[in-house]
Amino acid sequence: MGLMEKIFTRSWGVHPRDYKRPAADAPVRVMPMPERLYLSLAQHLGAPARPAVLVGQKVKKGEKLADPQGPVSAAIHAPTSGVIAAIGEISAPHPSGLPVQAIILEADGRDEWSDALTTCDNPLGLDPDEIGRRVADAGVVGMGGATFPSALKLSSSRKAGVTTLVMNGGECEPYLSCDDRLMRDEAETIIDGIRLMLHATGAKDAIVGIEDNKPEAIAAMRKAAAAWGDVRVRPIPARYPMGSEKQLVQTLTGREIPAGALPAAVGVVVHNVGTARAVSEAVRLGRPLVSRLLTVNGGCVVAPGNVVAPVGALVEDVIAFAGGIEGSPARLVMGGPMMGVSLPHARTPVIKGTSGILALDAAQADDRREEACIRCASCARACPIQIMPLEIARHIRGNDLKGAVGLGLKDCIACGCCAYVCPAHIPLVQYFAHAKGTLAAEDRARQKAEATRKLAAARSERLAREAREKAEIAARRKAEREAAKAAAAAQSAGGMSA
Amino acid sequence: MMAVLTLTLLGAALGLALGIAGRLLAVEADADVARLEALLPGTNCGQCGFPGCAGAAAAMAAGDAPPSCCPPGGKAVALALAEKLGVSLDLSSVLDEGPKLAVVAEDLCIGCCRCLKYCPTDAILGAPKQIHNVLKEACTGCAACVEHCPTEALIIQPMPVGWQHWVMPKPAAA
Repeated sequence: MGLMEKIFTRSWGVHPRDYKRPAADAPVRVMPMPERLYLSLAQHLGAPARPAVLVGQKVKKGEKLADPQGPVSAAIHAPTSGVIAAIGEISAPHPSGLPVQAIILEADGRDEWSDALTTCDNPLGLDPDEIGRRVADAGVVGMGGATFPSALKLSSSRKAGVTTLVMNGGECEPYLSCDDRLMRDEAETIIDGIRLMLHATGAKDAIVGIEDNKPEAIAAMRKAAAAWGDVRVRPIPARYPMGSEKQLVQTLTGREIPAGALPAAVGVVVHNVGTARAVSEAVRLGRPLVSRLLTVNGGCVVAPGNVVAPVGALVEDVIAFAGGIEGSPARLVMGGPMMGVSLPHARTPVIKGTSGILALDAAQADDRREEACIRCASCARACPIQIMPLEIARHIRGNDLKGAVGLGLKDCIACGCCAYVCPAHIPLVQYFAHAKGTLAAEDRARQKAEATRKLAAARSERLAREAREKAEIAARRKAEREAAKAAAAAQSAGGMSA
Repeated sequence: MMAVLTLTLLGAALGLALGIAGRLLAVEADADVARLEALLPGTNCGQCGFPGCAGAAAAMAAGDAPPSCCPPGGKAVALALAEKLGVSLDLSSVLDEGPKLAVVAEDLCIGCCRCLKYCPTDAILGAPKQIHNVLKEACTGCAACVEHCPTEALIIQPMPVGWQHWVMPKPAAA
């Protein structure tokens, strides 16, 4: 960053201690297949998948277990060979811990791949739509945590005429190092995936943004990208939330995404580096997304590091494999400490978007009592999207949600910078999450009221129609009866006259 | 004496003027009632104690009923009505236990089809001698069906909250 930029650009974000090493430097460990896998049907953004298998059915690794339902949805595949033990409920990886529908797969220990996988030696010769179709068949979703179905993003980018593919290798959340590790170990596969995505989206070039606290990853990716002119690797300053779409695009391309708009509005689409790897595996080897690299870290984890875990493995099994827990964790988190979800317990499954499992000790969890706001505006300075968290929270506290929306609540990306810097330890993000949830519930209630009105109208119309039809039938019968009577009278009259 | 006379005349004249104005400039209340009725669920379930949603709207327009008189509408409808009526609403008086749902107890249902015709949204599915079912998306939890079931097989339950619709609780005040 030049001196002029330093002086004139507004500062945003925070610089938390990253706790990434030594976990990032430990070699990747592959978790052995657990006896049972719990495959949530709602692992992606959008409608849950619909089971396509029966209980008791034998499946092989990579076979499809559930079909996408609707346009925004993703398929789910078997992470190992085995038998479908049940289709039931498991506690969702969500702060509420409420149940989610899941397919429970009992592993047979053989881990046999299905024979029906479609491989492809020359994927760049495929039609872009065909790449999208294969990515959809493999159930690939955004691996950065948002879990948006990737195939949909590829096809919509093509329609929107996107010119630049921004690859997110920022990994700005503290503790997490799975993208770092993936870029160090599998740079070639990631670059291959990026080139497939360029082909599928029709974008001209790709920029891989990697925070400068990952020199090994930058070196590995530069080496792998050297052969291709259309893929550039750019180090970016380490700052949270650099991995947020809006911040990353602005830092790498200088283009600002308008409020409420997608990156496509400025000709850009953003994908995570892990997604690129999954796309390459899906198109070249025909392998669906059934396992992922995730970071197990935190003060209470005995041997922090990165682990390849099958989708559907229980969090407690993954932690046990990573050496188990010492002491009592103050908080169990899925994802990063800033934006991840706090888990009520560890009997919940890994999903496609699980980038990390953290068992934080009391010092790291930093639970302190909320105090009164001193109106220092530290939160407003830290906010990367330039809204005023203190004012919005004040409106929410007073139940004035309209006022909060007027101040930009809906632009909040829930990055947590405001709560991180707040000297009064006000749980600002919790206020915002509460308000967003309440607004969504009100929206649903309004939609339901609208639907109810339509149903009530349809019913009264039906009742009116039935009454009319009944009357018509009665009138016709009466007419028929009278006609018959008249005919009979005429006949008898005719008979008499004859 | 003069003062009493003046005030009496003034009062009489103004009273007359007001009376005439009241007759001449009278506003038809129907438009207001229609606007209020549009905010109500429109199922005519009768839980408010008025003859249907139109009756409730008329009572509210006349000031005989509070904006919180619609139980199935809950807080959302009460707020919308209060805003339209221009009155402040004490939300603590609104008994909003969240969305409700009618459920058929399958071991009690005898398949008599009596409940079907009382459902204002046609949310009950059933045929003679077949166990009936309630369409979750169409049921408003208005309980109009409950009293018509000869075996008490219809039960009103709170709508189950899925994790997708879970709302983060508001932080406790410091």
